[in-house]
Amino acid sequence: MPVDAGEKQTVTVKLAAVLADLFPGAPRQCELEAATVRELIDRLDERWPGMGDRICDTRPAIRRHMNVFVDGERQSLEAVLRPGAEIFILTAISGG
Amino acid sequence: MAGKVVLLIGTKKGVFVAESGWARDDWHLRGPFCETWPMNHVIGDPDTGRIYGAGGNEWFGPAIWRSDDLGQSWSHSSDGLAYPEGQEPVAAGWSLALCSGGLYAGVQPAGLFKSEDGGKSWRHMDGLQKHPSRPEWNPGGAGLILHSMVVDPADEARIWVGISAAGVFHSADGGASWEPRNLGTRADFLPDGQNYPEFGQCVHSLVMAPGMSDRLYQQNHCGMYRSDDGGKRWESIEDGLPSSFGFPAAVHPRDPETLFLLPLNGDSAGRYVPDAKAAVWRTRDAGKSWQDLRDGLPQENAYFGVLRQAMATDRLDPAGVYFGTSGGALFASNDEGESWRPLAQHLPAILSVETMLLD
Repeated sequence: MPVDAGEKQTVTVKLAAVLADLFPGAPRQCELEAATVRELIDRLDERWPGMGDRICDTRPAIRRHMNVFVDGERQSLEAVLRPGAEIFILTAISGG
Repeated sequence: MAGKVVLLIGTKKGVFVAESGWARDDWHLRGPFCETWPMNHVIGDPDTGRIYGAGGNEWFGPAIWRSDDLGQSWSHSSDGLAYPEGQEPVAAGWSLALCSGGLYAGVQPAGLFKSEDGGKSWRHMDGLQKHPSRPEWNPGGAGLILHSMVVDPADEARIWVGISAAGVFHSADGGASWEPRNLGTRADFLPDGQNYPEFGQCVHSLVMAPGMSDRLYQQNHCGMYRSDDGGKRWESIEDGLPSSFGFPAAVHPRDPETLFLLPLNGDSAGRYVPDAKAAVWRTRDAGKSWQDLRDGLPQENAYFGVLRQAMATDRLDPAGVYFGTSGGALFASNDEGESWRPLAQHLPAILSVETMLLD
């Protein structure tokens, strides 16, 4: 059930190793309070400055080769999070 | 002799650092650094030993990397390295240049940023983006990239940039305002009769002669050129060279008459060294005549190219010359190009080579 985007709830976020490795001390998994994907990324950026830029570009949008899955579904910045949601921030197939 | 020469090598898969004493006879290679990101340009500040790298990653976007310990550890930032919301985002850092108290970064899509805190944060120098020709700039094969920057050491308000494929632009006021400086350079890819536009040329590399702030050299997609008036007018210096096409240009550390080029066989002929035989071409008279330098370079089956930022000189006497290939080989000369030897054979594709001399 959608919730008010202003309401904070604790969610669990799991980061791709290649993303976490860019920020010394960043864990692969943590719990944060956020009501939307955008807020979640803001919280990550507050804890590890610069992480937001690695996930989002300045359009703003999630980077083309990054994926944010919320409870198994690929989502955009505007997606609303339910209490206890599980979010994976993963790198897509890319490169050569 | 305690001094060392540090080679800074940007590749498609991270930064490598090679070090030797000033004798340049015992090189040690380390890397890859920067989490194997594609790193388009890596420079060093000889006053501090600090290294900066400009790159971009398909996953994580652009960042300028920094190391204060010759590559042992790195940090990265893109704080402020951004265009306003809604515009095409910055995809990668492409070029770096030091200035007093600061650092410039050229990016893709073409724009100029400045940091005054050692690369921790960046400010858009938006004068270039405001040039009236900006809507008409078209990308070259590598994208719309600002790949060359020259800051006049005698007057740092004077800056030149090379943009593919918008051409050379000059600022006399520290980057606030700009004007194109392309008169005399060809654009063979435009219709007949339109080959000398005000802007839109495909400059590949832009360098300044030592001790002569008004002497610039450029390797262009369509010819090699010298200017003796700060780029107001360019003169072809391609007579005597095996082709009009190539990417890098490197000046001598002291002699403004000497230039090193590495011509390739042509834009539609494979873009490898002519006849698959590698040679660096050197002029000692500002482009009036050229000598091919091949001793120690492969003379059969050499189907590699050398990219725009992948050749450099050091400041020793005689000057060292270095270049890296698209196939991941790194070659060095300790005698201004007379003889060569490979320092590495199997690196990732090399995108840039720079030198830093430390006491």
